[in-house]
Amino acid sequence: MNPTSARETVLELIGEIAPEVDMGSVPDDEDLRDAVDLDSLDFLTLVERVHEVTGVDVPENDYDQVRTLNGWAAYLAAHAS
Amino acid sequence: MGDFRMPSLGADMTEGTLVEWLVQPGDHVHHGQIIAVIDTVKSAIDIEAFEDGDVERLLVEPGTTVSVGTPLAAIRAAGASAPAEHHAPASPIVRRLAHELHVDLDEVEGTGRGGSVTRHDLDLAVGGVAQVVAAQGEAAQGVAEPSVAGPSHAAPSSSASPPPEPVRGTSQPHVAASPRARRRAVDLGVDLAAVTGTGAHGAVTVEDVERSAHAGDAGPAYPPRVVPPAAVSSAQPAPSKARASRTADVRSDARKDAMQAATAALMARSKKEIPHYYLESVIDLRVALDWLARHNEGSASADRVLPAAVLLLATARSLLAVPELNGFYTDGHFDAREHVDLGVAVSLRGGGLVVANLREADTKDLDVLMTMLKDVATRARAGRLTSSEMSVPTVTVTNLGDQGADLVHGVIYPPQVALVGFGRIVERPWAVDGMLTVRPVVTATLAGDHRVTDGHRGSRFLAALDAALQKPEEL
Repeated sequence: MNPTSARETVLELIGEIAPEVDMGSVPDDEDLRDAVDLDSLDFLTLVERVHEVTGVDVPENDYDQVRTLNGWAAYLAAHAS
Repeated sequence: MGDFRMPSLGADMTEGTLVEWLVQPGDHVHHGQIIAVIDTVKSAIDIEAFEDGDVERLLVEPGTTVSVGTPLAAIRAAGASAPAEHHAPASPIVRRLAHELHVDLDEVEGTGRGGSVTRHDLDLAVGGVAQVVAAQGEAAQGVAEPSVAGPSHAAPSSSASPPPEPVRGTSQPHVAASPRARRRAVDLGVDLAAVTGTGAHGAVTVEDVERSAHAGDAGPAYPPRVVPPAAVSSAQPAPSKARASRTADVRSDARKDAMQAATAALMARSKKEIPHYYLESVIDLRVALDWLARHNEGSASADRVLPAAVLLLATARSLLAVPELNGFYTDGHFDAREHVDLGVAVSLRGGGLVVANLREADTKDLDVLMTMLKDVATRARAGRLTSSEMSVPTVTVTNLGDQGADLVHGVIYPPQVALVGFGRIVERPWAVDGMLTVRPVVTATLAGDHRVTDGHRGSRFLAALDAALQKPEEL
């Protein structure tokens, strides 16, 4: 998975969780918890959906690497087949 | 036998709007079957039948707003026999309320002294259509009416008025759709009957609805509940530096205002009637969080447990130690409850709070409670709770979550007598054995009702909570 398609996938899944947010306006480097108002349950839902869609299940210890959109793109590019 | 009435789904609900009927006259319904969808100021709710029976007449048309207790349909119970003649004792206030709510007191089980019917019994009787059923009520339900009348607000009907004509749309074919898809269709103004379903057995999915809305191939059956961006941003808290803009919100400003007003009315009543006292305790979560990290390590994300679930379970178990915090205060009398029906305040995207009920939370294990929490939060946010999940909890917890303030002094939801609050988990300097260290801590608060408990009893709860959180493996 390349970073561009990883980014698109994650954006799509964020859209499921926060349908009121304009996906074109999600900043690349801001913590998604602030940028799109994800609480811990929303964040866990995002991790679960990413697992279902890409097969990559981010362990809790790696959560800090996937706090931003760019973080997600890089993480999935490195871990998804 | 009898009338199926507009249920009371929370102390702050005075009226509701019938959104759609999922049954029609002549249908046989069974206990727990979802037979109607009702919109309150907070959320659309699937309403379950409380007994087996046959639908005789539908008395209220979709789109009609009626007060709590108004008969919505006549349902003849299977194997019903005439009730024994007796007159239940009740206070004049309860009698008047029963009359207003169209409740036959003889059919209400009295739990007051001498078997008298209390205000709470009445609440339960009115909400009794929403009998205890499993949280997954909606899973078995996939049938939706294709169209309902627009959200006109008719005058409240009464049992004396003649039954209206059969509801619009019952002659049209049923469209299979998930509650979420139905909700989305309402929000987007899409007529489900005009959407081609691609889900299981041709059911209409959320994606189908959205595709249909974008393609414009379905005429709007409802005025879409879409808020212009300007109105949304003005209702949002101050945006952070690069906060994403919001284009469409499922909640109209009017709905938000109504929700705020309903909450405000209840809180004003609480503050007027309940002599609150407040306690707080800072609790060290090092042991609990380390234990939880081990619990989650190696677990698939779907099986992970959040700290919030640990706090909720510890709360439910600790309330058993101080039973006078768990129950209802009505008519000058406190009634403790055996189990903890834990109300959890879920904040909605775009503003507002819904209190969902985790029934008998004290009897659940951590994994089960986590599953319930996820399920309820997801559906509360999608505006799809069932009536049993909206029924009145015995105590409420408000958890500000990881983005919230450090502590919250809550306002008790009458007729409950306690509200437990958790701020966000923060790292703080902490003294242990004369040494300074850093620990993750949470500030737990208790708002208690002085008519039932005092600071001494309340403190025992916070102490029990602290102790429970030091032994998470025993939860």
